[in-house]
Amino acid sequence: MSKTNKINEFQSQLTDVGYICERSLASSLVLMKSLQRPILLEGEAGVGKTEISRALSEVFDCKLIRLQCYEGLDVNTAVYEWNYQRQMLAVKLLEQSEEQIDKTEQEIFSKKYLLERPLLKAITQQKPPVLLIDEIDRADEEFEAYLLEVLSDFQISIPELGTIEATSKPYVILTSNGTRELSDALRRRCLYHYVDYPDFARELRIVNTRVPDIGLQLSRQVVGFVQNLRRIDLQKNPGVAETLDWAASLLSLDVSSLDDDIEAIKDSLVCLLKTREDSEALGSMEIERLVAKVI
Amino acid sequence: MSRDFLSEIEHSSTAEILQGRLIEFIQIARNNGYQAGISEVIDAQEVAHSLNITHPQYLRWGLRSLLCSNQNDWQRFDDLFDAYWLPSAKQNYRTESVAGAPVGKRESVAREAEVNDGEATDVDQAGQGEGDDAFDGGALEGASGQESLFNADFQFITDAKQMSEVDDLVERLAKKMRRRIIRRQKIQAKGRRIDIRKTVRKSLRYGGMPMDLAFRNNRKNQPRLIIIIDVSRSMSLYSYVFLRFARGIVSSMRDADAFAFHTRMVHITGALHQPNLTKVKTKLSLISAGWSGGTRIGECLDSFLNNYRHRLNSHTVVMVVSDGLDTGKPEFLANKLATIKSQCRKVIWLNPLLGRPGYEPKTGSMLAALPFIDLFASAHNVESLSALEPELMRI
Repeated sequence: MSKTNKINEFQSQLTDVGYICERSLASSLVLMKSLQRPILLEGEAGVGKTEISRALSEVFDCKLIRLQCYEGLDVNTAVYEWNYQRQMLAVKLLEQSEEQIDKTEQEIFSKKYLLERPLLKAITQQKPPVLLIDEIDRADEEFEAYLLEVLSDFQISIPELGTIEATSKPYVILTSNGTRELSDALRRRCLYHYVDYPDFARELRIVNTRVPDIGLQLSRQVVGFVQNLRRIDLQKNPGVAETLDWAASLLSLDVSSLDDDIEAIKDSLVCLLKTREDSEALGSMEIERLVAKVI
Repeated sequence: MSRDFLSEIEHSSTAEILQGRLIEFIQIARNNGYQAGISEVIDAQEVAHSLNITHPQYLRWGLRSLLCSNQNDWQRFDDLFDAYWLPSAKQNYRTESVAGAPVGKRESVAREAEVNDGEATDVDQAGQGEGDDAFDGGALEGASGQESLFNADFQFITDAKQMSEVDDLVERLAKKMRRRIIRRQKIQAKGRRIDIRKTVRKSLRYGGMPMDLAFRNNRKNQPRLIIIIDVSRSMSLYSYVFLRFARGIVSSMRDADAFAFHTRMVHITGALHQPNLTKVKTKLSLISAGWSGGTRIGECLDSFLNNYRHRLNSHTVVMVVSDGLDTGKPEFLANKLATIKSQCRKVIWLNPLLGRPGYEPKTGSMLAALPFIDLFASAHNVESLSALEPELMRI
C-alpha cells in the first residue's frame, strides 16, 4: 500500500536526519504537507518540539526560518522594516537631482530599502521553507491576531508598497508551552499535535543515535532512570534534551554503569534537576533506590 | 449489528458512504465541543484521500490532528473515535453501554441511508440528534462549561473540582489584565528613544532633514496595585478565590502588593510568591492562625497606613475586598479611608455581597466608607472580576 508507505518512508527520512519520532507524529506531518495547513505542536518543555522543524528542513532540503516570539514582538521585528539609514541617505542625494517629490517618495519606499524579517522572508522564498514560529504563547494577543491573517491568506500588506503575495507557501510549525491560552481562531487554523515524552524504547533509540559512544548498557540505565524520575512528582520534569545532556556528561565522567560511582552520579544530576526544590527533594536514599531499580 | 466500517468499505465501492460517515463523525465531534467547521469537513476528505484510510490507525491520527485544538481535545479523542468507528471493539471493554445503544441505532440509520442512495440530509440530521443523545452525559466540558463557571457566584460553587477551575480562571484573569495594562510602547512627542520610522516619515516634509523627531516610550502610568483582602469568617466563602486573584496579580505585576486582614493586617506578598500552591496555603494558614473573631477594618487600615504609607503614590490603586461587616467604629474607618484616598489615585472596594439580589450597603461602616470610594463594585463571580479591567487601565 503506497499510502502506508508514505508515512513509513517519511518516518525513516526523519530518522535518517537524526529525529526519531512516533508514527502518529509522522502522519501529522505528512498531513501538514498535503493539506498545506500550519501545525501547532504543544507539549512539555524538552520533548523536541523545536527540533522537529530542523529535521523537517533537512528532509525537505530547504531553508529553516525561525521567528522566536516574545512579549512586545511587533510587526517591525516580525515582518518588515524600512532601512532608515539608507532611506535618509537617498533622500539627501535625491534632493540635488531636482526630482519630483512623489518620485522621491516612490524611490525611497521601494523594495531596495525594505528589510525582510522572518515572516516576509518566509513567503517570498522560491522554494517553500520551513517557518518555525517558536513559543507563540509568549507573543501578545494582538500579534497572534495579525499572525492569523498572514497564515490564512499568505500575503502581507505594506502600506507604502502594496500587498505582497506569497511566492511559495511555507511549511509552518508553531510551538507553544502553554504560558497562556491561545485563541480558538488560531487553534482552528492549525492542525494540532500533542507531543508527549517518548516511551522507553524510543528514548533509548534517541540516546543511542545522538550519543553513539555511550554503549547499550549505560544507555539503558540512563533512560530507565530518567523515565522513573518523570514518574516522581517533580516541579520540572527532565525532557529528552536533559537526558541527552546527562548521557553525554556521564560519558565524559567515564562512568560505564550507574552503580559504578554513586557520588559521580549525584554530582552529574545537575543536568536533570533544574530547580532547587527538586534537587532538595531527591535525597541520596531516593537516588540510590532509583539507581538500584534500573540495574 | 452487522457490518462495521471496515467491511463496509471493502464491500461497497461507493465513496459516498464513507463521505457521509466522515461528515457524520465530524458533526458528532462538533457536538462534543470540538472546533470543526466546513473547512474541516473538506479537509477530512483530503485526510482520507492522502492517508491510507482502510487502516483505522491512520484515519485516527489524521482526524486527531485535524480536529483537536488543545490537550483536552487530544486526550478524549480516542474514546470518541472508538465509539464511532469501532463499535464492536468498544463493546468488548465497555460493559455499561453509554455509547453502545445509540451507536447501534446510528448503524441502522447509516444502512438506511445506503438504501436511500445515501441522501446527505438524512445522515446529517441523524448525526446531529445522535451526537446529542449519545454524548451529553459524558463529555460536555470545554467552552460551555467554562462559560457557566464564568457567571456562577463563588459561594454556590461547592464542587472541589469546579472550585479549582475557578481558581485557575481567576489567576489567569489577573495575569491577562496585566498584559493588557502594560501594552506595547507608544509613539509620543517626547520620550527616551527615537522612533525612526515616524521620524523619517516626518522628515519628508523638510526634504529629508530630520527636523521633527518622533519618540517612542513605554506607556507610562502603570498602576501600582495594592490589594487588601478581608479573610474574616463572614468572607470565608470568598476569601480563597480572592487570594488566588491576588496571587495572579502579585506574580504578574511588577509593582503590586497584597495584604490580608481580619483583626490584624499582614503583608502576604511574600507568601503568595511561593510557586507551590499547597505551600501558599499552609503559609497563609500559619499567618492567620490564632486570630480571634471580630473584624476591625479601621484598625487594620490604620496599621497599613503606619507601616506601608510609603507605598502609596499618585499612581497607586488601592483595592479593598471586604463585605463591610465591621465591629469597629464607622467614623474611625471613614477617617482612615479618607487618608488613604488622599494619598492614592483610586480606591476600589469590592463587596461580594453586592452581587446578591436585594442587597444594599446599609451597615454603618459601609455607609461611612462609601464617600471615599471611587468604585464600589461587586465581585461575586469571574465575570464581575473581569469587568474591573477597564477601570484599572484608565489610570
